Parts: sequence; structure tokens; C-alpha cells
Amino acid sequence: MDNAHRSYILHIGTIGLLAALFFVLPAYHVGNLSRIMVLAVYAMGFNILFGYTGLLSLGHALFFAAGMYGLGMAMNTFDVAAEPAMLIGAICALLVSAAIGFLALRTSGVAFMIVTLMFAQAGYLTILYFGAHTRGDEGFVIPQADRIFAGIDITGETARYFAALALFSIVFLIIMYLVRSPFGHTLVAIRENEERTRMLGYDTVRHKLAAVIISGTISGIAGAAYALLFGYAGATFATVQYSIFPLLWVLLGGAGTTLGPIIGVTFMFYLIDLSSEVTQAYMLIAGVALVLLTLFAPQGLAGELRRRVFKWLP
Amino acid sequence: MAAVNILTTKGLTKNYGGIRANTDIDFELQRGKITALIGPNGAGKSTFVGLICGRFPATRGEVFFEGRNISALPAHKRIQLGIAYTFQITSVYAGLTLRENVAIAARQRLGTDVAAVTTKVNAVLAQVGFSDRADQIAGDLSYGHQRVLEIAMGLAQDPRLFILDEPTQGLAESEIDDFVALLKSLAGDTTILLIEHNMDVVMRTADQITVLEFGKTLASGTPEEIHQNEAVQAAYLGTPTDA
Repeated sequence: MDNAHRSYILHIGTIGLLAALFFVLPAYHVGNLSRIMVLAVYAMGFNILFGYTGLLSLGHALFFAAGMYGLGMAMNTFDVAAEPAMLIGAICALLVSAAIGFLALRTSGVAFMIVTLMFAQAGYLTILYFGAHTRGDEGFVIPQADRIFAGIDITGETARYFAALALFSIVFLIIMYLVRSPFGHTLVAIRENEERTRMLGYDTVRHKLAAVIISGTISGIAGAAYALLFGYAGATFATVQYSIFPLLWVLLGGAGTTLGPIIGVTFMFYLIDLSSEVTQAYMLIAGVALVLLTLFAPQGLAGELRRRVFKWLP
Repeated sequence: MAAVNILTTKGLTKNYGGIRANTDIDFELQRGKITALIGPNGAGKSTFVGLICGRFPATRGEVFFEGRNISALPAHKRIQLGIAYTFQITSVYAGLTLRENVAIAARQRLGTDVAAVTTKVNAVLAQVGFSDRADQIAGDLSYGHQRVLEIAMGLAQDPRLFILDEPTQGLAESEIDDFVALLKSLAGDTTILLIEHNMDVVMRTADQITVLEFGKTLASGTPEEIHQNEAVQAAYLGTPTDA
């Protein structure tokens, strides 16, 4: 069995496992897992840029929020149906990421981190500034009656779980395909040695811009789906915190691995969930766990697995 | 239609602040030949080839490749025209396998044709004797082997013009012999521009030699002509500690 087959089985198996979990897990965990899968889509978007292209953005909340508000405002302010609103959310994220990519890619390294952080902060303040339309910090609820996608009411636990799983699976498989494609290999080449890649005849600027747009658009789709599935859009999702989360998830799960994002989100979600049962200082426990993981598994959980056991892991 | 010269430069100049790295270099590179670029350290050799392939922007001057003015093209466009460039300071993908290193180089031209890329990669790895280590990580190779990998990446591009910046630096004697044989086997189809400090390699391989000093052309000619040129002897060959 060659690596392509193994990878294929692994990805299909992961999706199958997530589908099966619905039938065995208690309702509480099913609800959690719906949320985890949508957030994992966000993490997968971030991973394209950070894990595969080697560009660290500290402003991905802007793309997440662009998708979320694109959908939310289309539905709330303009009474658009859920399906076209989803598309509008994705297009908003695409346009925003194209503009940010065009500007921010004039910098690199630390400057790139700062520029993306500043743009995201500007985006957050814009949402607050137009509070009359966006409802600012308070946010707004998307009415249950409107949350019907392709004729299915996605407010129920079952429908929501499978909607989240469907979105997760599509993005998961696209990324599996992407990272094995010549384009994906070129992104890795840029991550490993950009100057060498340029001097092999690749247009590295164009590749990086494409990576920002793909990454930003996937993050925006996650934002739109989050608003649609959980019925709420708010400015909190545009804060710095939501730019840092995907970085933590991807670092913990394994940057530059296809499985890393879902592993990282699940791990961090339950780390906070379980430690908050024990103590109010749950972030302390979460922090210690993060430090330990960074010390002993610097490539993340999936990265460590790849290094030690499964060298073929995509 | 093939002109004698594959590449010419006119008045090529590069200033770094107040430092004149290259001044008004007029240069002609003969098709299918091996041309060595020599000169003392700091003479501007690496800068000159960097200007040819677009790695740095020129202050002024023009570069013509196959009769076409490529002065305004960015580096990746020039490489796509059939120029390959190997770095003086080894610059391989240290975290990737040898196979993937060579594949990245081959894929730029062959694109999405997976079978063609695989064939090319296997051929190049065999050519440089790396077939049995194809799946090693490049960063684990010895320095000399990384130099060879660097050359292999150039070969995978099937270049019309192959620019090598001090390829034998850090190679063992036996590896240098292999390299000289490889270079000679390429000549004819591929034009080679070689920056080289090892005069033995230069004399064994070069059809033409150009000598740079202080960013200017000091002399050009066949190895015999250069050998007998008094200005060159004074500047370069007469100082054996320079290598």
C-alpha cells in the first residue's frame, strides 16, 4: 500500500469515525463536537497559511468575522436566505483576504505578523464603529426560523451535527487533495526556503497570495457556518483572542499536518472543558498543559506522531 | 537562427550604497561552451551572476538572453526562460528528502505531469549517484553531498544556461573529478557559466575565461590567453594564497 492510499484511508476513516461518534456519544458531547468540527474548519484554513506556507498571520479573526458578518448581516439586515447568505459570507472573506494579502505580503516575518494583527484590530474597531448595523459587542441572534439550509432545519442537534460534519469533510478532503498537489508542494517549498524556490523559477509572491486567499476564505466559511449553526454573530469573534486560537490549535495539533487542526481543537476544547470542572483557574491548567506540550512535543500531537511512528502522515 | 552568444550584458552596473560592486560590465557568453568567471575575492563575481538571473535588481545596464532584453523581468520569469542558478552558499531544502528537493526543481517546468517529473527525478538522481539515498533528508547529508544535490536541482531544470557559483567549494578531490566529468558531459547542449576559485578545475573545463577585478572586466579569452596575460597574473594568478 503506498502513501496515497494510506492517506486516503486515513481521511475517510477520520470522517467515518466522526459520523459514528454521533451514535455513541451522549448529547452533551455531540453538541461539543459540532462546535469543534466548525472550529476545526477555521483551524484548517489557518493551517494552510501557517503550517504549509510558513506565514504566521495574527489577524485571522478578521477573515472569520468577515464570513460571519457577511452571512449574518445578509440574513438579518437584507433578509437573504441561508444558502445565498453562506455564499455572501464566503465572498466577503475572499475579498477581504485578497485585499489584506495584497497589502500584507509586501512584508515578511515579524512585520507580516504585526501588519495582519493591525488589520484585524482595525476590522474589529470597524465592527464596533458601525454598531448601529452590526450591534457591536452585543452582537445579534439569527432567528431560528431563518436557519434552514437546503430545506433542512439545522437548529436541531442531529441536523446541526451532520451539517458541521459535511462542511468539515468537504474542507478536510479538499485540503488532503491540495497538500498532495504540485501547488501544495510549492507552498511547502516556500515555507522551507523561499529564496531557493524563487530562484527555481516559481512566482513565490503569487503563490503566497493564493495561500492567503484560500486560507482566509476557508476561515470565513467557518465563520459563516458558525453563525448559521449556532445562531449568533458578535464582535467578540473579531478580537485578537480569535486570531490566537487557531494558532494554538494548530501548534498543539501539529502544524503542516492535515489531522493537526481537528486534533488540536478537540484537545484544547476538552482541556478547558475538563479543567473548568475542577477549578475556576482553568486557564492555569490549560496554560501548563500548553507549556508541557510545547516543551515535549514541539511539532504538535500529529507532528510528533509523524516523527515517531507514521512517517507517511500527510 | 542560433546566434553565437546565448547571453550578453551591456553596461551592467550594481551599486550597494557607495560601494561599486559591478561597473559597466559588457560581457558575452558563447553558446554551448563552458565559461569560467574568475577573480579575487570581492571582485563582484557573485553579484554579476546575481544580476544576470535577476536575484538582485541592477542599478543600470541591460541583459540579453537569446537575443531578448530580459532586464525588466523578475527572477522567476528569467529562470523560466531556461536559466538555472546554484547558490554559492548551499541552499537546499534541508527538511525535505533528496527526491522532493529535485522534484521541486523539475516540477517548475514539467508542471502537473507526475509521470514526467518522476522520470526526470530518477534520471537526475542516478546521474549524480544519489539513487540509493533518494529518501534521505537533505539536511542529513554531508556538506559536499549537499553541494552535489544543489547541482542536481539545477540539472533537473534542463537549463539552457546553467550558472554555477563556486560548485566545487567543500568537495573532496574524488568528488571534484566526478564534477569535472559531469560538467564536460553537459557542455554542448547546455551553456555553462562557472564561478570557480579552484584553478585546476578552471583549466580542465573552461573553453573561455573572463577575469573580474574591482567589479570590472579585466580580461577575457581562452585559458591560454588568460594564462599569459600579465595583468591577470598580477591581479590573480600570481597570488597563490587567494584560493
